[in-house]
Amino acid sequence: MRTPRAVGRNVLRKEGASKVTGAARYIDDLSFPGLLYGRTIRSTIPAGSISAINMRFDTAGFTIVDYRDVPGRNIVALIEDDQPCLAEREVRHVAEPILLLAHADRERLLAADVQIEYVAKPPQYDAAASPTTFKSIAIDKGDVDAGFAAADLIVEGEYRVGHQEQLYIEPNGVIAVPGADGSMTVHGSMQCPYYVHKAIKVLMGLPDAGVRIVQTETGGGFGGKEEYPSMIAGHAALLARKAQRPVKIIYDRVEDMLATTKRHPGVIRHRTGITRDGRLTAMDIDVLFDGGAYATLSAVVLSRGMIHAAGPYRCDHIRIRGRATMTNTPPNGAFRGFGAPQTQFATEVHMDRIADASGLDPVRIREINALRPGDTTATGQRLGRDCSALPVLREAVKRTNFRKRRKALAGSGTGIGLSLFFHGSGFTGAGEVKLAAKASLALTERGARIHVASTEIGQGTRTMLAQIVADAMGVPYDAIDVNAADTGEVPDSGPTVASRTCMIVGRILQRCAEDMRARLGTLTPRAYLRAHGPLVITKEYERPPDMAWDDQAYRGDAYGSYGWACDVVEVAVDPDTWQATPTAFTTVHEIGKAIHPMLAKGQIEGGTVQGLGYALIEEVAMRDGRMANCQLTNYTIPTTLDTPPMDVFMLERPYAHGPFGAKGVGEMPIDGPAPAVINALRHAGYDVREIPATPEKIMRAPSSKAESRP
Amino acid sequence: MIGLTINGKRTRVKAHPMTRLLDVLREDCGLTGTKEGCGEGECGACTVLLDGVPVNSCLVPLAHADGAQVKTIEGLSGGHPLQRAFVEHGGAQCGICTPGMIMAAIALGKKPSMDAMRTGLAGNLCRCTGYSAIYRSVSAAAGTPGRR
Repeated sequence: MRTPRAVGRNVLRKEGASKVTGAARYIDDLSFPGLLYGRTIRSTIPAGSISAINMRFDTAGFTIVDYRDVPGRNIVALIEDDQPCLAEREVRHVAEPILLLAHADRERLLAADVQIEYVAKPPQYDAAASPTTFKSIAIDKGDVDAGFAAADLIVEGEYRVGHQEQLYIEPNGVIAVPGADGSMTVHGSMQCPYYVHKAIKVLMGLPDAGVRIVQTETGGGFGGKEEYPSMIAGHAALLARKAQRPVKIIYDRVEDMLATTKRHPGVIRHRTGITRDGRLTAMDIDVLFDGGAYATLSAVVLSRGMIHAAGPYRCDHIRIRGRATMTNTPPNGAFRGFGAPQTQFATEVHMDRIADASGLDPVRIREINALRPGDTTATGQRLGRDCSALPVLREAVKRTNFRKRRKALAGSGTGIGLSLFFHGSGFTGAGEVKLAAKASLALTERGARIHVASTEIGQGTRTMLAQIVADAMGVPYDAIDVNAADTGEVPDSGPTVASRTCMIVGRILQRCAEDMRARLGTLTPRAYLRAHGPLVITKEYERPPDMAWDDQAYRGDAYGSYGWACDVVEVAVDPDTWQATPTAFTTVHEIGKAIHPMLAKGQIEGGTVQGLGYALIEEVAMRDGRMANCQLTNYTIPTTLDTPPMDVFMLERPYAHGPFGAKGVGEMPIDGPAPAVINALRHAGYDVREIPATPEKIMRAPSSKAESRP
Repeated sequence: MIGLTINGKRTRVKAHPMTRLLDVLREDCGLTGTKEGCGEGECGACTVLLDGVPVNSCLVPLAHADGAQVKTIEGLSGGHPLQRAFVEHGGAQCGICTPGMIMAAIALGKKPSMDAMRTGLAGNLCRCTGYSAIYRSVSAAAGTPGRR
């Protein structure tokens, strides 16, 4: 009997039933015997040093932890070792963890009054003036001076992007359970169990086998649960070790927004040379990201941002300079898109200004300059046949009747704008080679069980990986199950980030499944197990043979492949309130192959709406180094009423080294909406160069007509 | 002691009358399907039906539910058309908003229009789906064609 193929079909989500019945267990739904609740006492000043800590409560029955209780190294191990898990003397930002309390009674825990005295230092809030640079990167292609010499026209611009809060609906939370043998198990809401595993080993001074990290069902991540869980898990583990009881820490929304990472704000400057007929001759780009108080992931966020900074355009002469600097604000970190939404916002808004300056329309300027197969990117990566900048642009223009619509809307108070963008799948440069991700497949009576540390955080990891394995093995989808992401049971398939789970981890599993199929031969799984005993196949990431990267020169194949997309949005501006409302949205995404079209569409729709929030309403008001609006009442994300009807269309141009041709899809959708919205505002008459484009900014914006051709 | 009916079962709860209904459900009754996303009535993850009306259970003091009928996600059969449709049409991604979203959708009535869905679900935040798949799910459960 032939097995129906799973790839390309909308099979039922593995954990769908448990999520719609309330049976799925998230971290706050779990308890352990003898459980204590943990609380974090945080700094209230942005910079200075701690001079005294006063406990103004009856400490009997409390477990109290400070940095002196750290048995290993007092750092959150990630890239740099600069961030303490608990401040010792120096404080670098508001809400920096200083002291931990635990108690069995939550009311008493919350009532405990701790007063901390400081010697304050003048804080640094200006990223441009900061004396501390976490990372600087240079990308050079061709001779940018020669490029400018060949230009007929030069267009310059400065563009600004604000913070953005990930706003997963489930706040950060963990439970640490101490073992009698000194080991530590942490259960929690997270994207990357092995990041937490490494951090807890270093913090607690434990060997590999002494730490076990178990992901619980996770209520959204979007990057916000990439690195931060290492911090909160460390806190719970320190309390649990001292109390010798399980400790649960769940942030409330205010604490989560106040203390955890956000998208890097930035300033991006462009200077571009163009010929009279609209060809780019030189791109000179400067990127500045505000890293916040500690390095966290700023170096790699900057890297991805810069590699995407020239947009999906061909240009022989490119110079990109970028740095991420320190300020006395809570550290910024991973958020879907990881630097690329910031830089491509600038590129795409700039591109509409170039179009105006050269008397071309937004479609024509992009048609002339879009990358084609065989062209090279800013890092000199030669693009393959799946390069789809032009196809997505043409499809989006056709579906929206863009030019006609643009004429029809002129002067109406509603504008229409587009953006063309791309996004690299997988870790940057040699990242995947260094990571050497592993995945395992274990034969079961019915089929196979997937063992990976890649987490289901809403995007459909379990489902999509099971589809790939089912088809590669030639068994039904239902015959594949997925092990919990528990470091005690699964190999390190790497973090669940960077649009890598399908393309990279899926491909490793596909190879495992093909091998398993070959070993089974004509035997059923049951018959094989009877005859030969257990079978587990583990494989490691293999670099595609034609891929090369030079990290010193920042040249070469930055990513295995890129997805390509084009957004078109119509935005109406209320003439009384200056509020901008998106009224129609079309997006065309080329993603190689949609393993599960409904899940892929879900990523595109969801990422697009997050991008609309980034464009228009999500404003972090940072005052005196502190998020002043750290509540859902005044940090607003799009509701049903803020979300326009959406037309999503997917193109598939297979990538040779992706499973069944698939590339990544998770991050790309958030790169495009903000510039498309700002370009629509420009068409409606407002020259806005900063997001979020709140009514105040639109009100103050100069007229775009000054720059536009009539 | 305050008496109320939860998912058809008469229950007496010994708790302070100002205890949040959300905590009574999750901690006293072990009904953890109802989630807390913000604790201030903005996200709707804790939506339950109180005498048939969707409420944010984080804003309802227990005293307010005295003698009332409370329905939570656990009170549905598991095979409710909305539950099936949310699985089949991608209305649930990470799933944390889903119980509250489904309870709010129940209150939309039999065949809600697009406008009714957008208005009726405006108090329930979803960060994953962008809402389109939720509209498709609700429409499918109602047997009406959804928007694209």
